[in-house]
This record gives sequence, C-alpha cells and structure tokens, in this order.
Amino acid sequence: MREDKKTIIVFSGDLDKAMAAFIIANGAAAMGNEVTMFFTFWGLNILRKAKGAKVKKTFLEKLFGWMMPRGPEKLGLSKMNFCGLGPRMMKLMMRQKNVNTLPELIEQARALGVKIIACSMSMDIMGIHPEELIDGIEYAGVASYLGEADEANVNLFIA
Amino acid sequence: MAEKYVNARGLQCPGPIVQLFQAAKEAQAGDILVVEATDGGFKKDVVAWCKKTGNELLSLEDDAGVLRARIKKA
Repeated sequence: MREDKKTIIVFSGDLDKAMAAFIIANGAAAMGNEVTMFFTFWGLNILRKAKGAKVKKTFLEKLFGWMMPRGPEKLGLSKMNFCGLGPRMMKLMMRQKNVNTLPELIEQARALGVKIIACSMSMDIMGIHPEELIDGIEYAGVASYLGEADEANVNLFIA
Repeated sequence: MAEKYVNARGLQCPGPIVQLFQAAKEAQAGDILVVEATDGGFKKDVVAWCKKTGNELLSLEDDAGVLRARIKKA
C-alpha cells in the first residue's frame, strides 16, 4: 500500500456525483497523488463523446444508447433534476460562482495525469463501443481495478 | 532563489491547489511561491497541501478575503 495513490470507482452517471468524483481526483492529484478513476455502468456516460460514432449496434444497444445521456453536458442531477431544469439552474449558479464545469474538470484531470479506465464488461452490456468514448483512456476489467486498489490507501465508490 | 506569484483569485476548489501544484512542479528547490486565493477553503487546504507535499508554509495571511500564502519549495 502506498500513501500517495488513490483510486475512485465512478458508478454513477449523475452530474453532481461526477463533479464530486473529479474534484476529489483533481485535488488528490494536486496533493501529489497518483490517481486512477475506474468508470463502470452509468459512469461510462460521463466519458461519452457528444457525437455518436459510426459503429454497428443491435437494436437494443441502439435504443439503450439513445436513452442514456451522451457526455458530461447531458447528465442529470441525482436530486432535483426536474426533467433537466435542475442541471440548468445548477450550471448557471456554478458559472456565477466561477466553479469549473464538468468538462473543465475532466480536462483538468487529464492535464494532471489522472488515469481514466473504462470497464469493458459494462461497456459490453450497455453496447458502448470505444469509439464512442473520449480518446486517451484505458479499457480494463475488475482485476486491473483491484490491482490498482491494492496499491492505494484510499478507494472511493461513487454510487 | 526565485519568487513566483500564483494568482488563484476567483478560483473555486480545487482550483487554487491545482494552480499551486503546477507552479511548484516548475519551481526549483528553495524557490518561494506566493499564492493568492479567494476560496475560503484554501485557508485550511494550503496547510494540508504543504503538510502532504512536504513544502514549507512560511506565512498565511487573510487580507480582507484574499488569502495570501508564502510557500518555500522543498
């Protein structure tokens, strides 16, 4: 176990929870930590590109992909979503208070060298292809995550 | 020994410590970093950051809401 390594599992695809995860990740990186974020299930939506890629999908996969938010700009809030009104209010208030947006936090995480891993099993279930996710990330399974978590002294699960 | 100014005014958490971290990465050992931030959490955060990263906090003052920290890079 090392005192300068942190791992975060991002299971949730809610805007507020994704922001919390990235703020902790970026803060940890700024404290000199090596940080690995492992994205699984709904968390994968945070990594989706705004524009879909041309990939072959089954009918169910297409439908599922269409039902899920595509990227950080499209996420809802875990509370007070009100069909998208909540996130709009939240973003407006964040801008007024000069808080970084989620896309900015993701950019900052990458500049700080935070490692982003997408869970290939949940990608497979949900019919998400690597072409649909942001570039420069890794794809792996539970063993890779556990290998990283074994070395870390903090491990968070954002549900 | 150089002195470097880091303007983190107006940035919210974790902006100030991210700026500080990036400035510290470019600085040489013994350099002084002067950081100014307006995020209230920075008061405690800069103490925790210095403790964790092993850099020395020389002074921390609150100038009407502007927190000014002087840090010596280890």
